[in-house]
Amino acid sequence: MSITVKPVNQKAWWLILPVFLCVAFSAILPLMTVVNYSVQDIISPERRVFVGTEWFAAVMRDQDLHEALWRQMVFSFSVLVLEIPLGVLLALSMPSKGWKSSAVLVIVALSLLIPWNVVGTIWQIFGRADIGLLGMALTELGFDYSYTGNALHAWLTVLVMDVWHWTPLVALLGYAGLRSIPDAYYQAASIDGASKFAVFRYIQLPKMRGVLMIAVLLRFMDSFMIYTEPFVLTGGGPGNATTFLSQYLTQKAVGQFDLGPAAAFSLIYFLIILLLCFILYNWMQRVGTADKSEAAHA
Amino acid sequence: MARIDLDIAHAYGANPQRDEDYALLPLKMSFADGGAYALLGPSGCGKTTMLNIMSGLLRPSSGTVKFDGVDLTHASPQARNIAQVFQFPVIYDTMTVAENLAFPLRNRRVPQAQIKQRVGVIAEMLELSAQLDQRAANLSADAKQKISLGRGLVRSDVSAVLFDEPLTVIDPHLKWQLRRKLKQIHHELKLTLIYVTHDQVEALTFAEQVVVMTRGRAVQIGSAEALFERPQHSFVGHFIGSPGMNFLPAAVSGNALTLAGQDLTLNADLKLPNGDLKLGIRPEYLHLVDPGTAGALAAQVTQVQDIGTYVLVTALIGSHLLKARLTPEQPRPRAGEQVWLQVLGAQTCFYKNEELLA
Repeated sequence: MSITVKPVNQKAWWLILPVFLCVAFSAILPLMTVVNYSVQDIISPERRVFVGTEWFAAVMRDQDLHEALWRQMVFSFSVLVLEIPLGVLLALSMPSKGWKSSAVLVIVALSLLIPWNVVGTIWQIFGRADIGLLGMALTELGFDYSYTGNALHAWLTVLVMDVWHWTPLVALLGYAGLRSIPDAYYQAASIDGASKFAVFRYIQLPKMRGVLMIAVLLRFMDSFMIYTEPFVLTGGGPGNATTFLSQYLTQKAVGQFDLGPAAAFSLIYFLIILLLCFILYNWMQRVGTADKSEAAHA
Repeated sequence: MARIDLDIAHAYGANPQRDEDYALLPLKMSFADGGAYALLGPSGCGKTTMLNIMSGLLRPSSGTVKFDGVDLTHASPQARNIAQVFQFPVIYDTMTVAENLAFPLRNRRVPQAQIKQRVGVIAEMLELSAQLDQRAANLSADAKQKISLGRGLVRSDVSAVLFDEPLTVIDPHLKWQLRRKLKQIHHELKLTLIYVTHDQVEALTFAEQVVVMTRGRAVQIGSAEALFERPQHSFVGHFIGSPGMNFLPAAVSGNALTLAGQDLTLNADLKLPNGDLKLGIRPEYLHLVDPGTAGALAAQVTQVQDIGTYVLVTALIGSHLLKARLTPEQPRPRAGEQVWLQVLGAQTCFYKNEELLA
């Protein structure tokens, strides 16, 4: 047997070049720019001073930031708690076939097609006590509703707006998951005398787990980065009641032109999202694979 | 345990006009309490439709379904107290094997002790005892199908257990074993079992009564022997047997029979209407005889195949190919040789419009 030597051809590296360039310009360079800013004090376009980790330390001690982060956590958590069950419920009640299902799909998807800033504007008008349907109705009912004046009202309005805007996404994903369940499962359940709840608990929910995982991740990431809608609706106010992380960041970077702290904070923000997604994803994967390893050990 | 009477027709579309619009043409049928039945037929013949109508998963477009004389046409599967096993395994992913088996009982609020006992018995019978505490999701396809079977059999008080090609995904050797198990269960529990299959061996070995179906019609109900010896419909002759029945177009005029251009004389006590008929004879009964024997025709051998347990001779009469099964001990003809085949005999059947005359 003769030993064949694999021909070495380093030219193949050239094939990676286009992808590398794309990724470099779209992700690596911008990210590195931010890293660059985060360790310098930009005094003017010509003058800069290397400051090391000073900005990071400063940002970590920033009381406003802590509040924004906490506000953000509560908001994202509320979004998940409301939107996931609501979306599943909506998916379960959508007709499964015929023209009705097509019609319902289009109607449900409508809010997803509206640009973010328009959503903000819609709700801004919707919530006004003088001309808005919601605002007027609540006022007529005797509530002293004002999303511009009352911090709790503002926060709740932003939350309801997000639920209105994004629950359809969860519903559509859940609907897709439901449609992929073969009829035989429902037939078997009906033969086995399963109640509606048992069908949901033992067939529909386990079969939807994959798409719901995607829904949770998407909704978590998106809500954690929410910017436009509260910006248009409340501008972060009253006070700081609806100033979430991105808006806080924008205020720093664009409003006060504190590029260094803003960059340092961007990186921390990025790591927080990465970390939380990592934890969420792994936790959900474990829920799914627990049975597998169990079977392997048995 | 119940007697099931069907008087139904079913079409999936609205306003059926022609026969082809029906998945199940109007039919009347009874399944006796404690019987073992098989619904046999090719894909798309309506056997699964019939099964789903019996179990209540499907409402027939017309007619009634009665259990012990009670009209349950519009009753749910639960109300009919029926069990059904499907072609592909259906298991509840998040449950263990034991929980899967217990599910039909738990839904019916059977006492815990009794559930445990039944699950134990069924698991033992299907050799699932060792896996009872495992998650069902990660088992092999045949273990999953055994769970499905188990869920069908776990309730001891069901009216009937319906099987819809339940052994499709099972290994051949296990298939044979499970089929025997089902027969054994039938003997022990005296349940009404109805088994849908397109495999004649499966149907004939499992069932006491086989319903042969084609194109939405039940063409014959009978024992394996009756289906073999006297097929009521040419489809039964063609579908049952390996290979199926030989058919030759025949013309009758009084006592004279013209078969593929050759004339034969019919037995005097065989009363057949004049006109065009079809003659059918099983390869097993198509014997080679001496030249010139009464009721025999000359044929040209085209092929001789040794299948191991028998020898299959293919011969040409006129333009019609006939197959004959010979035992391995018999002298076998060679291809190209002329032989005489006994086409008229006690086992010869005559068909008009596909229906058996004599």
